[in-house]
Amino acid sequence: MSSVTQDIISSQVQSLSQAEIEAFLFEEAAMLDEWRLDDWFALFLEGAIYEVPQAGASDEASSSRNLFYISDNYFRLRHRVERLKKPGNHSEWPRSVCSRLIGNVRVLGAEGGNYIAKSKFITHRSKNDITDMFCGHHMYKLKLIDGHIRIAEKRTQIDMNTLRPQGRISIVV
Amino acid sequence: MSVAEKARQKSRASPYIVDDRERGLFRVARTTFIDEEILAQERDKIFNRCWLYLGHKSELPNPNDFLTRNVGGKEVIFNRDRKGVFRAFMNTCPHRGAMVERQARGNALAFRCFYHGWAFNNNGNFATRMQAGTYPEDFNSDGCANLRSVPKLAEYAGFYFLNYDAGAVSLDSYLADARSILDLLSQHGPEGVEVIGGEQKYSIRANWKLLMENSYDGYHAVDTHGTYFEYLADAIGGPAEMPTETFVWDLKNGHAAIEGNAPWGRPVAKWIPAWGEQAKTEVEDIKRELVARVGEEQANRIAVLGRNTGIFPNLVLNDIMAVTVRTFYPLSPGNMNISAWALGVTGESEAFRKRRLDNFLEFLGPGGFATPDDVEALESAQRGYAAVDEVAWNDISRGMLKSKFDATDEEQMRCFWREWADRMEDQK
Ligand code: FES
Ligand SMILES: [Fe+2]
Repeated sequence: MSSVTQDIISSQVQSLSQAEIEAFLFEEAAMLDEWRLDDWFALFLEGAIYEVPQAGASDEASSSRNLFYISDNYFRLRHRVERLKKPGNHSEWPRSVCSRLIGNVRVLGAEGGNYIAKSKFITHRSKNDITDMFCGHHMYKLKLIDGHIRIAEKRTQIDMNTLRPQGRISIVV
Repeated sequence: MSVAEKARQKSRASPYIVDDRERGLFRVARTTFIDEEILAQERDKIFNRCWLYLGHKSELPNPNDFLTRNVGGKEVIFNRDRKGVFRAFMNTCPHRGAMVERQARGNALAFRCFYHGWAFNNNGNFATRMQAGTYPEDFNSDGCANLRSVPKLAEYAGFYFLNYDAGAVSLDSYLADARSILDLLSQHGPEGVEVIGGEQKYSIRANWKLLMENSYDGYHAVDTHGTYFEYLADAIGGPAEMPTETFVWDLKNGHAAIEGNAPWGRPVAKWIPAWGEQAKTEVEDIKRELVARVGEEQANRIAVLGRNTGIFPNLVLNDIMAVTVRTFYPLSPGNMNISAWALGVTGESEAFRKRRLDNFLEFLGPGGFATPDDVEALESAQRGYAAVDEVAWNDISRGMLKSKFDATDEEQMRCFWREWADRMEDQK
């Protein structure tokens, strides 16, 4: 075992357990399901980014070379959350009903003080008597700050061939 | 002939549209959005007869490159052969139908059907040797074993179109004045423009014609996209107001555009403070190069003014805070598939490319701050049309009696619908 791997494992043992990271990701999903949007935004560190590449894109896709669906810096993410709360956000008003299932949580190590975590998701969004499903995986860079887990980067990879028939990503998947 | 007489002559009333030039009333029958029989006729009279957008030359940079896509409901291979010639084939095996290429893109000297193994050179010629006696001596003397070329393929300013009607008019005469829009787009950079990595493929549960109307509907911007303008005001650090002076261009043959100066920044070439001082110098350089290359007036149209263009029947070229190319096709009267791309200037810096893509995503596409609300509006209208027996007509009369139209009028849609009705009523 390399010393780097040793370091990662020992730092995990000392700080965050798999169970703690899982609990964090489950709670994050609950915030979105329950429309606690300000709480959700508060999970993000200043300067954080939130990205959703196109359906089927590789984990390596880059928002400066490839056309994504979402590539938010902290400023635009704040506006995304503000917009979600407005009646003028017609796509989500009246609000859709959503259910987010998170599983297969893996903590893949630490890199420059960040925890790298991946999870699988299935999200159902129901509105206008139609229920659409999104599936894929989330990728996180997390930081432990003053005993709280915070998000430095979140990337949602949609593991579907296209966005047909869903047609839009008007929620935080 | 008096103005009133002329107006009377041009007026028409049909089961599909009412175009009353005297009173300034234009109505569209809601059956055109929900009727299966009308869709069947549209496939016949519109999608099988009009020039349809296939792709951009930048998507096939090298000989032997290929891509596959669905155009007008049919699977097509768009490729370059060994000599580099652009070609397009029906992506169905002449043997018994399987798709001969199933990858989205690649580079190949030949295509081989996986079902029974028939192979074809990338110029379409059948290339499998069969044992003597398996087929008649003169098998394929009529080309029955070659890949079938699309009936017509043509290019204008780097944009490729196909036509399923071998007797169709030339692309040049079909595009008519819409050529000027393609010229403008291709002049954004000294080396032209290119499609940027990736195609957004999504769908809307609404009739395809509603997306054409929506794509150059200057009337809905403020109401539907209020939340976008609130974001924009914060991003540009000042009021985000739509222009007071706008233009509407009837580009003939059902093509039309709206044009004007809008509050957002444009990579080519309108700077906003949020981009910073470094970018300001870069944008000024881009503008200077543009003026030198195409002249002051054309440069102003490219750099400062933006435009939303609809090319009949199903191509949208929106050159706004970013450039999007969008085409769509009905799966049923109430459902369509959409494909959208971003265009960027060939050779632009990575920082600029990122800024362009950020601009695109703030408004456009399934995750933008605007498109999802358009989707909601279209789907909502489609549900409303179930009450066709009670409310039979849509109104697009806005500004019809004006001598000069604004982008917030509905003249561009009337251009579309007059062409649509001409074709459906066999007047074209
Ligand atoms: S269908 Fe292609 S070889 Fe038979
Ligand atoms: Fe819109």
